[in-house]
Amino acid sequence: MEDVIWNLKSDNVISLLKEGKRVDGRALDEYRPISIQKGISENADGGARAKIGDTEVASGVKLIPGTPYPDNPDKGTISTGAELLQFANPEFEVGPPREAVIELARVVDRGIRESKAIDFKTLCIREGELVWIAFIDSYVLNDDGNLFDAMALAALAALNQTKIPKLEDDKLVKHEYTGKLKMLKQPLLFTFAKIAGEVVLDPNFLEWKAMDARFTCSTADDKTLCAFQKGESGSFKASEIDECIEIAFKKGKDLRKLV
Amino acid sequence: MPKKDEKIEYVKGGKRLDGRKVDELRPIKMEVGVLPRADGSAYIEWGQNKIIAGVMGPREALPKHTQNPYKARVSYTYRMATFSVPDRKNPRPARREIEISKVSGEALERAIFLERFPNTTIDVFVEILDSNAGTRVAALVAASLALADAGLPMRDLVSAVGVGKAGGEIILDLNKDEEDAPDAVDIPLAILPRTEEIVLLQMDGLLTKAEWAKSLKLGIEGCKQIHEMQRQALRKKFAEAEAKR
Repeated sequence: MEDVIWNLKSDNVISLLKEGKRVDGRALDEYRPISIQKGISENADGGARAKIGDTEVASGVKLIPGTPYPDNPDKGTISTGAELLQFANPEFEVGPPREAVIELARVVDRGIRESKAIDFKTLCIREGELVWIAFIDSYVLNDDGNLFDAMALAALAALNQTKIPKLEDDKLVKHEYTGKLKMLKQPLLFTFAKIAGEVVLDPNFLEWKAMDARFTCSTADDKTLCAFQKGESGSFKASEIDECIEIAFKKGKDLRKLV
Repeated sequence: MPKKDEKIEYVKGGKRLDGRKVDELRPIKMEVGVLPRADGSAYIEWGQNKIIAGVMGPREALPKHTQNPYKARVSYTYRMATFSVPDRKNPRPARREIEISKVSGEALERAIFLERFPNTTIDVFVEILDSNAGTRVAALVAASLALADAGLPMRDLVSAVGVGKAGGEIILDLNKDEEDAPDAVDIPLAILPRTEEIVLLQMDGLLTKAEWAKSLKLGIEGCKQIHEMQRQALRKKFAEAEAKR
């Protein structure tokens, strides 16, 4: 029954797109309204909520001292977690889709990591002994499609707020900080859906259901690409990917003003 | 920040460490209908505590053997975000969260006309985004609003508050510093305000009979204040919905 309804809704998405229209009336390369709320948790070292349309994600950062990897004794690291809260989507009744969550967290992680937005050397406390591990944990509060871009926005806004905790004898001093986490780049994700041959930016939930293929492109700033992810069973032409990249750079300028 | 071994007066000249009176709640903000895809939802800020609650259901209880042909079941999930506490919380649910989930769900069951929805489950999820003592009662208050927002037939709202003792004084709505007092007693309390039935009650610490009587009285008064705020939050939501029509 559910499937039948979704098929009908998908048919509607497709027939509108054939006329160049989207279900919510947006242009093909237009985001839904975006808003960012900073400072959502005093217990977090940095935190933010991001909304793209009705899709909403809360991210918080915790800096925790830990041991460095033996092959990188002078570098700290990041760990990116994602969780889909069950009230975010009625379909998560039997628990959220595990593979989708892992992909989501990894794509968000790669965007931040590969952009070199954080110089991991600045997270070193004592070489070979103690480094900061930045835990970036994100929770999806409401799923209305395109969790990727919303999570990247929330995570970046949270990182931009992040303060470095004070250490005394290698123990954290609660609610005291020595400075801010330095962000060298502003990495963001831009996700496109290909539906019946048309490519649209920021697919909403109906479009997400109807899409044949998905492409996410991460940019570090106005001219540097730092990660790609193609998903779902459909395909993209090279020219379509190029168009997506162009749009990502163009949209990045506006989005970076918000975080 | 109180230091160890230092004698602290938790109430001095009628005022507490954070300037509140003994029977005064921390600042509270409630908002109903914050999650578009949930059947009902609410957000609460209670002091530093920030909590979001969502309700899904009534929907078919699965697997089938969990169905009760006479009534709905309530499944309550209380979880803390990793960044909601001073140290990073392990994302895996702890025993504490599981216990709180159990007693809170049971508290809500009393408020809902469960027999109207046989074979279904009413799933309540609360996520703690920031915490400073009293999250389980704040979560329950938000969850109760979310249930009402979902349009479920209820006997009453569930109103809850923390009450207890710090430095020998009986006080309402303990914050973290008070909860860390050497003689601290914390009593999470939830009632159906109309009948004053107690639907959740826990306690840790040493208390005399007289202190308990005083705590309960203070707690019930606190719950009634919370109840009024809940009613206002619901009225606001439905006035806005009405205006949009």
